[in-house]
Amino acid sequence: MKKTVLQGVLGAAALAYAATAASAGTLDDVKAKGFLQCGVNTSLAGFSAPNDKGEWSGFDVDYCRAVAAAIFGDATKVKFTPLNAKERFTALQSGEIDVLIRNTTWTISRDTSLGLDFTGVNYYDGQGFMINAKKLSGINSALQLSGASVCVQSGTTTELNLADYFRANKMEYNPVVFEKVEEVNAAYDAGRCDAYTTDQSGLYATRLTLSNPDDHVVLPEIISKEPLGPAVRQGDSQWADVVRWTHYALLNAEEFGITQANVDEMKNSDNPEIKRLLGTEADTKVGTDLGLTNDWVVNIVKGVGNYGELFERNIGSASPLKIARGLNAQWTKGGLQYGMPVR
Amino acid sequence: MANPDLSFVRAEMAGVQPPPRSERGLGSWLRTNLFATPVDAALSALAILFLAWFLPPAINWLFVNAVWTGPDRTVCSTVAQGGIQPDGWSGACWAFVNAKFQQFLYGRYPFGERWRVDLTAVLFVALLVPLLIPRVPHKRLNALLFFVAFPVVAFFLLVGGSFNLSFVETPLWGGLLVTLVLSFVGIAVSLPLGILLALGRRSNLPVIRLLSIIFIETIRGVPLVTVLFMASVMLPLFLPPGVTFDKLLRALIGVALFETAYLAEVIRGGLQAIPKGQFEGADSLGLSYWQKMRLIILPQALKLVIPGIVNSFISLFKDTSLVYIIGMFDLLGIVRQNFSDATWASPQTPATGLIFAGFVFWIFCFSMSRYSIFMENRLDTGHKR
Repeated sequence: MKKTVLQGVLGAAALAYAATAASAGTLDDVKAKGFLQCGVNTSLAGFSAPNDKGEWSGFDVDYCRAVAAAIFGDATKVKFTPLNAKERFTALQSGEIDVLIRNTTWTISRDTSLGLDFTGVNYYDGQGFMINAKKLSGINSALQLSGASVCVQSGTTTELNLADYFRANKMEYNPVVFEKVEEVNAAYDAGRCDAYTTDQSGLYATRLTLSNPDDHVVLPEIISKEPLGPAVRQGDSQWADVVRWTHYALLNAEEFGITQANVDEMKNSDNPEIKRLLGTEADTKVGTDLGLTNDWVVNIVKGVGNYGELFERNIGSASPLKIARGLNAQWTKGGLQYGMPVR
Repeated sequence: MANPDLSFVRAEMAGVQPPPRSERGLGSWLRTNLFATPVDAALSALAILFLAWFLPPAINWLFVNAVWTGPDRTVCSTVAQGGIQPDGWSGACWAFVNAKFQQFLYGRYPFGERWRVDLTAVLFVALLVPLLIPRVPHKRLNALLFFVAFPVVAFFLLVGGSFNLSFVETPLWGGLLVTLVLSFVGIAVSLPLGILLALGRRSNLPVIRLLSIIFIETIRGVPLVTVLFMASVMLPLFLPPGVTFDKLLRALIGVALFETAYLAEVIRGGLQAIPKGQFEGADSLGLSYWQKMRLIILPQALKLVIPGIVNSFISLFKDTSLVYIIGMFDLLGIVRQNFSDATWASPQTPATGLIFAGFVFWIFCFSMSRYSIFMENRLDTGHKR
């Protein structure tokens, strides 16, 4: 789409500045402007939160950096737009951001009617329950929660999933609904409800703020599928490919044991698959066909590390959250993360 | 025989006597102020009991048990919570505020450029303080500098992009900086516009009156949240692709228009309280409309509504927190945002952060309120009861 005169006039007259002209190639636009504009969560522990220096940090945030590293060879060439749940899709549709990496659940209605393309699943999440095991000893399944009062945040899909689950299993429950996360946490900690429900990744973050975290257990039932992944505007396959293959590059790097520390040594590896991935094979065109340079994977791993490193650093055992890999383990270790072959 | 004059005229003043013993000292003060009647005594006892129940734990939590410095959540959580404090410990986590303090003030404003915010703040205080103290001369020049020159200088200092200053985009702004920018612009724009609108609504010219009424009633009829939300979610869909308004600018316009409508009504209340004789007197002196308003009516009307105006300003100052919903972080927003930093997540963190934010807001609002009382007393020339 060409920028019309009217748009130009409007832009100037309205003291506005053009973030991105959503023309044919988002990749070309991003390259021209010199940075990636990435939409992230306003605050979600482990995924997107400010650190002590005020810089963004977290799992989703590092994914943004990985995409920037793939394009520019520099993981710092990214600007973050904090978005709340309501404005995230508008921001993507209007071209305010280039890619949305904001723990967004991949559903068919979002994929079709909202004009989005999801490029993969960077974190398999699902809604779960947490209970105070000391108070409710003997309960080890969500199916035993009939008649329980459940703390839940209002206006989320969590609330709807909860209702569906209890109705489907013909159980009674009393929802104790709050608007703010802190209120839900405080109410649960004070014992106002028997169980707490939200996405499992959120349950672990909540546990950190409880007075006696060891008393609380996360029940094994997952009552909803929440595949979280990056989304781009529909109709720009080249750009979707860049974001999609950044994800697969992170996964492949982990599978082949390429880490931030050893990536330079790995360039000398004789393993043909590693050579193809790192672009050291003669006459390789993998990176340039994608619209990037052939050392794109080297740049990603040097910039942020591989998938496993990202996971451990932000939400895994090296972080306060200590979330187990679970479904997000490599396919070789019983998980669902499967990097498509680079060849 | 001369009658001796028996009348006595004291030649010097009697010495000052101390008050009776029963009216002196602590006992008397307690009796008159706290235990004058049985009801007073009961209420006082209740209040003292409440304070005795409430104050020691509060002071304990806030200061005695509090943690002042530390690297992460471990200092603010007990052993069971994965920290170093003994079990059963509870205290304020000032270490969290300490670690995030810069962020609470500046948001994500780049480190190397923060002197620009500091300089703006120094200019602001240096121009505001003499403006507030009645004794200091050159009020006209001072006001001109504060309301005309300062915003221009502040704009170039904070935004940059010229005079060798690097451009700092507004999404990086945050914390107290955003709170103050929004409030200052809101106040500086809304007061003159509000006066004009209030005059417009009382004007004899039907077009001006109608337009003023439509503006005021439309804006007052919609919640600020809705205005901000429309500006952030709906507006981008109407604009051509690739054209975006600066978010802070959207919020500034929204807040300023909103405050204008409210102030206009407050000031109209003041205008209506001025007796008709004042208008007629001004007319009979041959003053023009603007002279009449500037010299006779407005000085009286504004003086009457100082409490209402300051009330609006205080509520505006607190309303700035609503920009949280459009993804901007004022002081409260950035404090709440930092609750999700897993490095600091502990049971004490949210309470400490909210108390800190509340305290900062209280300082600003309380100062405004005290100053308004001072101004009321100073300007109170005819209505003292």
